[in-house]
Amino acid sequence: MPRLRLWWQLWCSQWRAGPVRMAMPVVALALGVALASAVQLVNRSALAEFGQAARALSGDADLVVQGSADGFDERFFAAIARVPGVAVASPVLELRATLASRREPLHVVALDPFRAMQVQPALLGEIAGRLRGLLAPDGIFLSGQAASALGVETGAHLEVLVGSARRRLEMLGRLSGAAYPRALGIMDIAAAQWQFDRLGVITRIDVRVAREANPVAVRAAIARMLPPGVTIAAPEVDDARLASATRAYRVNLAMLALVAVLTGSFLVLATQTLSLLRRRSTLALLRALGMTRGALRRTLTAEGVVVGMIGAALGFAGGIALARWMLHVVAGDLGAGQLVSLSGSLAVRPADWAIFVLLGALVAGIAAWLPAREAAARPVAQALKAGDAGTAFAHARSPWIGGALIGLGVLLAVLPPLHGLPLFGYAAVATLLTGGVWLVPAAVGSLLARWPRPRRPVPALALAQLRGNSARAAIGFAAIIVSFSLMVAMAIMVHSFRESFIDWLERTLPADLQLRVGASDGTATLESAAQEALAQVAGVARAQFRRSRPLALPGGAASVQLIAVPIESGGVPDLTIVRSAPATAGVRAWISEAMVDLYRWQPGEHVTLPLGRGRGLAVTVAGVFRDYGRSTGSVIIPRSNYVAATGDTTANEAIFWLERGAHAATVVEAMRARLGLGAALQIRTTSEIRERSLRSFDRAFAITYALEAIAVFIGLLGVGVAAASTALARRGEFGMLRHVGMLRRQIVTMLAGEGLLTGVIGAGCALVLGGALSIVLVYVVNRQSFLWSIDLAVPWAQLGLLTAVLVAAAAAAALTGGRAAVGGGVIRAVREDW
Amino acid sequence: MVAASAAPPVVPGYSLAFPRDHGSHPDFRTEWWYSTGWLRTARGARVGFQITFFRSRQAIADANPSAFAPRQILIAHAAISDPLRGRLQKDQRIARAGFDLAQAREGDAAVWIDQWALTRASGAWHIAAPAEEFTLMLTLSPTQPPMLNGESGYSRKGPAPAAASYYYSLPHLSVAGDIVRDGRREAVTGEAWLDHEWSSEYLEPEAAGWDWIGLNLDDGAALMAFRIRDRHGGVRWAGGTLRAADGTTRHFAPGDISFDPQRRWRSPRTAIEYPVEWSVRAGDIAFALTPLMDDQESDTRATTGAIYWEGAVRAGKGGREIGRGYLELTGYGEALLLR
Repeated sequence: MPRLRLWWQLWCSQWRAGPVRMAMPVVALALGVALASAVQLVNRSALAEFGQAARALSGDADLVVQGSADGFDERFFAAIARVPGVAVASPVLELRATLASRREPLHVVALDPFRAMQVQPALLGEIAGRLRGLLAPDGIFLSGQAASALGVETGAHLEVLVGSARRRLEMLGRLSGAAYPRALGIMDIAAAQWQFDRLGVITRIDVRVAREANPVAVRAAIARMLPPGVTIAAPEVDDARLASATRAYRVNLAMLALVAVLTGSFLVLATQTLSLLRRRSTLALLRALGMTRGALRRTLTAEGVVVGMIGAALGFAGGIALARWMLHVVAGDLGAGQLVSLSGSLAVRPADWAIFVLLGALVAGIAAWLPAREAAARPVAQALKAGDAGTAFAHARSPWIGGALIGLGVLLAVLPPLHGLPLFGYAAVATLLTGGVWLVPAAVGSLLARWPRPRRPVPALALAQLRGNSARAAIGFAAIIVSFSLMVAMAIMVHSFRESFIDWLERTLPADLQLRVGASDGTATLESAAQEALAQVAGVARAQFRRSRPLALPGGAASVQLIAVPIESGGVPDLTIVRSAPATAGVRAWISEAMVDLYRWQPGEHVTLPLGRGRGLAVTVAGVFRDYGRSTGSVIIPRSNYVAATGDTTANEAIFWLERGAHAATVVEAMRARLGLGAALQIRTTSEIRERSLRSFDRAFAITYALEAIAVFIGLLGVGVAAASTALARRGEFGMLRHVGMLRRQIVTMLAGEGLLTGVIGAGCALVLGGALSIVLVYVVNRQSFLWSIDLAVPWAQLGLLTAVLVAAAAAAALTGGRAAVGGGVIRAVREDW
Repeated sequence: MVAASAAPPVVPGYSLAFPRDHGSHPDFRTEWWYSTGWLRTARGARVGFQITFFRSRQAIADANPSAFAPRQILIAHAAISDPLRGRLQKDQRIARAGFDLAQAREGDAAVWIDQWALTRASGAWHIAAPAEEFTLMLTLSPTQPPMLNGESGYSRKGPAPAAASYYYSLPHLSVAGDIVRDGRREAVTGEAWLDHEWSSEYLEPEAAGWDWIGLNLDDGAALMAFRIRDRHGGVRWAGGTLRAADGTTRHFAPGDISFDPQRRWRSPRTAIEYPVEWSVRAGDIAFALTPLMDDQESDTRATTGAIYWEGAVRAGKGGREIGRGYLELTGYGEALLLR
């Protein structure tokens, strides 16, 4: 294939002539793929570890009978053990023990080792020889992770907080790392019931079905006897819970990856178009030498595919490195705070490489195919002549297609989420973006046509140049618009979120001090005496005690948070209420926005909360409030109703208003002295919490900011590349201008003017398009992935600054590119234009 | 130790009464119901069976008010010795008593762990044990009254008077029932032996294990004999009971009993060496013991923590078989600890 070799030589010469220009799309694609693959790898590793942990805990169980954290009557265990077809029923009391020495509670699984041995042999294998030891009334085995995290060895004592009392447990031994990859304590069920004041209660029963029995029938038989709030399911459910916990955050990062890949593929399109313009005579020559149209089209598309594959392969390698870094530095939760990978091992499958490389090839191939089709379609004789560049992108001028794309985007934006994910929202973003870019030539053309003609000759010439070459200019514009509009959209979304978040913080922190005892699902609480003692601390003007705890609702993937707050009858809790129902009799409950999406609860609706051990608490939804603290849903009920339903008078959260002149630090000191709760007792001033919350908010979005900046940088480089290429292509023109008397300086100024104008118009278009995209992000993507609403707020100052930087950078990029082009001799430049 | 002091001691002079003493004695630390026998299948094959229910009191859990508190741990072992298979088919269960899922009842014999049960009803003993490789469903009917071992059921296990148990045997039980193996049900008949023994201090710390036999002799007599070995292989104590067909009973003192190993077998799994052929003397009767097969080792480390040899044996005199029963050899690997 001598023609192919010729093409290869020509392509290589391109790389030699402009390595930076040719490398740009590779880098952009690599970046997008790196980001996408890193997010994917980190998340999968974290989930895999969680899955492994969940499987170790469920062992060989065929069915899991699961109650709420309140648990259910232990006699159900005996009843289920007798169901025909049940080979083993193993009772479990699962709890999160608050430790005196540590804020993070310890996950404790208490079981009957004799029965659990038949369900979780791998988990108990290590201690099988010492099963009898586990019967000690205060003994606990720790997983390797737990022992290292707590810094204890066999024989050491652990202090746990139960209510406001301290109990001592003895570490009997250590499970091997292979048995359980996370922090865990294993106790005998009788010991745990006694030590943690949970007599008569279990939270779970693991069931193994007899070989000869029908699992469906066994499951149905057990389901019939379960009390309200207790469910039976196959053990896989746990994995789904974990996946849903991080989904919203993953989706956010996936969005950024999409931005990078789109920018990258657009750069492929831009560079390829420009390179085809530059090579038009070369390509015509290839055709003249006998290369068919199809062969040329395929060859040119292949260029894009090669670029895409190289970019994606490099990107995936970068993604692995990035994922390693994320696992070690940011931990496996991608900043969401819900997943923490302790082992930090990365699972990379060879198939991943293949998928990402193919994806890159596909995206880049499509991006290269569009201009290739056009280049191949051009008549040979015409293409061999100079000055043919204007016809590039002729089809892209049709505003109908762009309009149709935008219409489709709007349509996609109003569709509901798919499997709980805002997939149509993303499709809407991509479609709107494509449609917007499609409309660029038309929009730019009409804008340029209306632009007043400057008096001075050089700017006038710049304008004329842009007008006359609007198609070529469109490429520069599009580069700006793609990257900048996405950045604008992201900036508006993050800013809107932050503003709404600040507003919410103000609302939720009305008092001066906030107190919390351990994690809300831990075993430590404040009993009535402790509550009184705290309220009487000198300097406290008013105190409000709350009981906050997780509540598993039927049909829900993750637990919701129940908060029992003192509310006078007829009163309304201090919340950002977004919707209310007319006043009703009975127990009122306020639900977070996520509850509406996850459980389809509506204001005015009557629902039953599985509280206490009876039929639960019937409540009426009085209103919907905004809650940025918990994306899995929260419910607020009056504490008096909670106490009546459960008999639980303890509290684990409190807020205090201080007397005028009281010193917060002194009050905190006095409170700590009153309660012997150690590190489990957290007391913070409201300003401290506000600062910490905002800091963690900014940290969570730091990666977003960084990636946005990179996307814009790539966009700017695209502008520079486009400018440099066009400038090179216009060498003849510059020669002509020099001949008619223009100074080199004036030509450079003209180019800078063109760049400036490109920047201004591009930024303007990007602001409009980005604004539209931000509406989709704020009201569709955010709402559907996080399940909470935010109010649109535009960061004018930030956008203004960004626009100024962009315009200046566009001018500078054009200037730099142009200076190189006008550097050559005048005669040579003119001669080239035969 | 609190645990030991809370358990009542075994003392002479206690008068055994039935059916009360067939039932459980939960205050004592250790108790077992132990049944062995020789079966003949409908096709004429001979197999041995063994099923034991142990009860172990955990005084450490006394204070715990939880319904799961492991006050009593129940363990069951079952095995079939079939020379055609060459090894034991065996299984075991362990559970804490409670919720009526596992229990050892007082008043009459009724001890069970889930589906495994040993109960007495209408004078007969019923065994049910659906195991991994087999199922035992047997009814054991007494043909003779209980044989009280030692001094009216007070059976000493060492020089210290406290090292003793309450102990009676039911020899010559007539067996009828089924065994299921490989999904095939076989009707069986045969003759069995049942021991019931409870104690608070069974073995002295110096004791390492025991050798024990329970034999149904063909002439209608029954012989139980044992010796307790110390940690150096010497004999620390011995005892036994011989009841003739006419009911005359003779109790043996330590000096009346001798066990002389004739052939040893090494377990390929644990490398423990067991004397599997013996020459035994009890008072004025002497005979040879030969096993139904060599490999009748039981590894119950998962439940009792012990590895032992327990198997069907033939008693022979001058080349003639005079009876059949079971031989138990404990403490040949590590010293036995009864908890």
